[in-house]
Amino acid sequence: MTEKYIADRYELNKNLAQMLKGGVIMDVTTPEQAKIAEAAGACAVMALERIPADIRAAGGVSRMSDPKMIKGIQDAVSIPVMAKCRIGHFAEAQILQAIEIDYIDESEVLSPADDIFHINKRDFQVPFVCGAKDLGEALRRIEEGASMIRTKGEPGTGDIVQAVRHMRLMQQEIARLTSMREDELYNRAKELQVSYALVKYVHDNGKLPVVNFAAGGVATPADAALMMQLGAEGVFVGSGIFKSGNPEKRAQAIVQAVTNYTDAKLIAKLSEDLGEAMVGINEQEIALLMAERGK
Amino acid sequence: MTQTKKAPVIGVLAVQGAFIEHRRILESLGAKTFEIRQLSDLNRAPAETKSGKFPFDGLVLPGGESTVQGKLLKDLGLFEPLKKLIQDGLPVLGTCAGLILLAQKLSNDSNVYFGTLPVTVQRNAYGRQLGSFFAEQPFKGITNATDATIPMTFIRAPVVSSAGEDVDVLAEVDHKIVAVRYKNQLGITFHPELNEDTRIHQYFLKMIFSNFAIDG
Repeated sequence: MTEKYIADRYELNKNLAQMLKGGVIMDVTTPEQAKIAEAAGACAVMALERIPADIRAAGGVSRMSDPKMIKGIQDAVSIPVMAKCRIGHFAEAQILQAIEIDYIDESEVLSPADDIFHINKRDFQVPFVCGAKDLGEALRRIEEGASMIRTKGEPGTGDIVQAVRHMRLMQQEIARLTSMREDELYNRAKELQVSYALVKYVHDNGKLPVVNFAAGGVATPADAALMMQLGAEGVFVGSGIFKSGNPEKRAQAIVQAVTNYTDAKLIAKLSEDLGEAMVGINEQEIALLMAERGK
Repeated sequence: MTQTKKAPVIGVLAVQGAFIEHRRILESLGAKTFEIRQLSDLNRAPAETKSGKFPFDGLVLPGGESTVQGKLLKDLGLFEPLKKLIQDGLPVLGTCAGLILLAQKLSNDSNVYFGTLPVTVQRNAYGRQLGSFFAEQPFKGITNATDATIPMTFIRAPVVSSAGEDVDVLAEVDHKIVAVRYKNQLGITFHPELNEDTRIHQYFLKMIFSNFAIDG
């Protein structure tokens, strides 16, 4: 692979994330759910065997999904299909690339395969999205080759508090960086453990060099609107849809809330009669903090 | 572009996708832009638009997911009003998903959205993300002997598999049609909004100016 080819590939992969902006990416476990998600207006689906809430409930080691199951979902829909591999598990990522997945999520939702190293995502031609809870994590993942970032949030809880915390922290750190003197950036790069070039980019542009979505704990149209107003460029919804009373209606409502995230009147209407939201677990009640995986 | 008295006002469909990129380029070329997210936005354009006939001077349908955009257009009540504006001659630029919304027929999808552009379009014609690519090719009306190509970014792109008789084919890549013009409609399978090159947006602005018989 020539350098030009690698640079082009990375650009194309960042570009795909740009096309997903303003959209909702939904977790699905079957081709039927994938079709429901697509019909409800999902801009992409995340194919996985168990949604985070069930992974949490089941406990044990959780791994990449069966490729056959992922292929079934790829055949069922025309929108991009994403799938998760374990943090650091580059062999799982190679398998996902081999079945031509549109995006790999190197995800803390699965059990980490490596407690030190993340995948060298520059080795791959397919794009990666990674979770982050602050600017340092986001930039380290981008340095490793991620072409899209999402907040970690706390998956499978239906509790938005952590996604809010991560998004606010990231935005605060970006704002602080933009107001720094140029001669302070070298030290900031050292603190964040990333290259000067990335820090300089954020300083000059006031944003990450890749698209940044919200994820983890989004359960209602209001949650989605909250994250968009806090600066997310789109939203992942995991357990929040298919663990609720009326997945189809809730999915459609969240999609519209993301498009018109400042229109409270519309979101009020969208929030009516959605049936039961996912039960949810409060932050204090969780035994396992997935967001602490992979730094 | 020479500075004219009034800047053209262009509505950019902003229900989902890469709409900010289009706005940025059009604003850099001196146009005024606004986002269309719901029905009330159609009357949000500043009053000083060039033509009395339309509420604004041009429409951009950006890249994104056509299934999402098509659904939201209908859910938000935007579909019929926008379709009427396009049918009445409002200049429109559709890129990737935007072209799919304009197409009269989709070869691998039973949906038809505006259906105002007499072409058949094949969605995801190059396969999945691994099939996304860059190209540099001529573009009729923009490139010439000395400046032979423009950059083209294809992301899970469609192709125009057949075009009606009156449709002007503006660009091809590997013998596949990637850009067409039909009257007031400019349809492109790639993403001019992702490059620094602004010539396709300049071309669109010229369409708008000629629509109002004003010199660009």
